[in-house]
Amino acid sequence: MSSTAREWREIPGRYNLKGSKCPECGKVFFPKRSMCPLCRRASIGKMIEYKVERKGTVYTYSVVYDVPEANKRMKPYVVGMIRTDDDILLTAQIVDVDPENVEIGMRVQAVLRKIDDDGPSGVIHYGFKFAPCE
Amino acid sequence: MRDVAIIGAGVTRFGELWDKSFRDIGVKAGMLAIGDAGLSGSEVDALFIGNMSAGRFINQQNIGAMIADYAGFALKHIPSTRIEAGAASGGIAFRQGVMAVASGMHDVVVVGGAEKMTDVDDASSNSILDSTADQQWEASMGATMASLFAMIARRYIHEGLATREEIASVSVNGHAHGALNPNAQFRKAIKLESVLRSGMVADPLGLFDCAPISDGAAAVILCPMDKAKEYTDNPVRVAASTQASDTLALFQRDSITSFASTRMAADRAFKTAKLSPSDISVAEVHDCYTIEGLMAAEDLGLYERGRAGKAFLEGQTLFDAGKVAINTSGGLKARGHPIGATGVAQIVEIAEQVRGTADKRQVKGARYGMALNLGGTGSAATVSILEGI
Ligand SMILES: [Zn+2]
Repeated sequence: MSSTAREWREIPGRYNLKGSKCPECGKVFFPKRSMCPLCRRASIGKMIEYKVERKGTVYTYSVVYDVPEANKRMKPYVVGMIRTDDDILLTAQIVDVDPENVEIGMRVQAVLRKIDDDGPSGVIHYGFKFAPCE
Repeated sequence: MRDVAIIGAGVTRFGELWDKSFRDIGVKAGMLAIGDAGLSGSEVDALFIGNMSAGRFINQQNIGAMIADYAGFALKHIPSTRIEAGAASGGIAFRQGVMAVASGMHDVVVVGGAEKMTDVDDASSNSILDSTADQQWEASMGATMASLFAMIARRYIHEGLATREEIASVSVNGHAHGALNPNAQFRKAIKLESVLRSGMVADPLGLFDCAPISDGAAAVILCPMDKAKEYTDNPVRVAASTQASDTLALFQRDSITSFASTRMAADRAFKTAKLSPSDISVAEVHDCYTIEGLMAAEDLGLYERGRAGKAFLEGQTLFDAGKVAINTSGGLKARGHPIGATGVAQIVEIAEQVRGTADKRQVKGARYGMALNLGGTGSAATVSILEGI
């Protein structure tokens, strides 16, 4: 799985939902991009750090039964696409809810959780998941 | 640009080929194609190999050199190139071969596709497949390939574009054809209920909605159209071979119920060939997951949005239904899906159909056929249109 250096590089995005905003056209992106695909050259070196809204709605989801080795202990778990309130679509696990009660349109908010670990002595990876809004 | 012809085609059995190595199957497919073209082999001046992940499946890189060597081309020192584009590796290798001949750079080209998946366990195999999605922002978040397509399926159902039964019927269609294909991994027809009741992989998709893990290889021989008759009486013309890309991650798209890459590649292909979807008699579409095959039939323009499901469910996609026959090989689900081989195997099937050598599953009077090969969740797409001469 990922190395410690890689884990460290990904912290801004995975812990704090940090993306990018293009100063030329105002479009926002997650994860971060060093260039706006609409403005291309005009945006290079100018992209601004952007903090994605932590609340949103479930756009679609799946309950995963055939799970990867790293997520074995969570089986089954729910993975979804969340449309945040600032209109960014992203993929994350949906937690703190019975899989049967997840539905499209459900209100959710980002929470920091353990994503997986590298085995008994390995690095534990943290990142965002989404849980139902209180 | 020169017109390009397919003058030979070959495919191995697909399935769990425990007794065969990557080299065995890769070389076998090439030899079948060379034999089919009536070549001695010395005419070949370049090799293109579609292969997704030999590095992880069998711990072997430098696949171009390996296949060239074991196919007996090492002493001729011909160029051999391996192409990787996830599950679209084979189809894009085909397009590279077509461009090499069309440009005049090479005259007789072998395009092969091969994957040996069963040397690793199923969990490792799935993890390798998941890496064709965005590893950092999808797979690491817990999204498997099956779950990404399951999320597409859920949206499809939610938006009223297809029912669960219609989606499942893509698998029934594939198996009905697989029963007629001696090289298919599964050669048995199945009932809709079996798909609906199969063990859950990623809700709403079950085991029978998903292509199996397979070993296998396929190959075709290309040459300029004006030289094709020197080798065969039955050449197939490559009317178009196009390619398109999209964002790596599915969530970056405006829509997840249609792949823009497929639509673009199809649009470019129909323009190049000066044809329209109504000219197509037979199509091989990428159905690693049932929903993917259904969506493909719509994105290619073979059916209007929201109409393909009914066609699959009612059997209009069967080889003898008199409409556009879809996945007469059995598709990825029943023929099998050795990743790098799939795109080339699709070309082999369409070539067989338009030259009239598809045996028990022959689509009557098929002149034009097309193939769609996809990588990731549609981040790579390639479409080819073939014409029987
Ligand atoms: Zn911009």
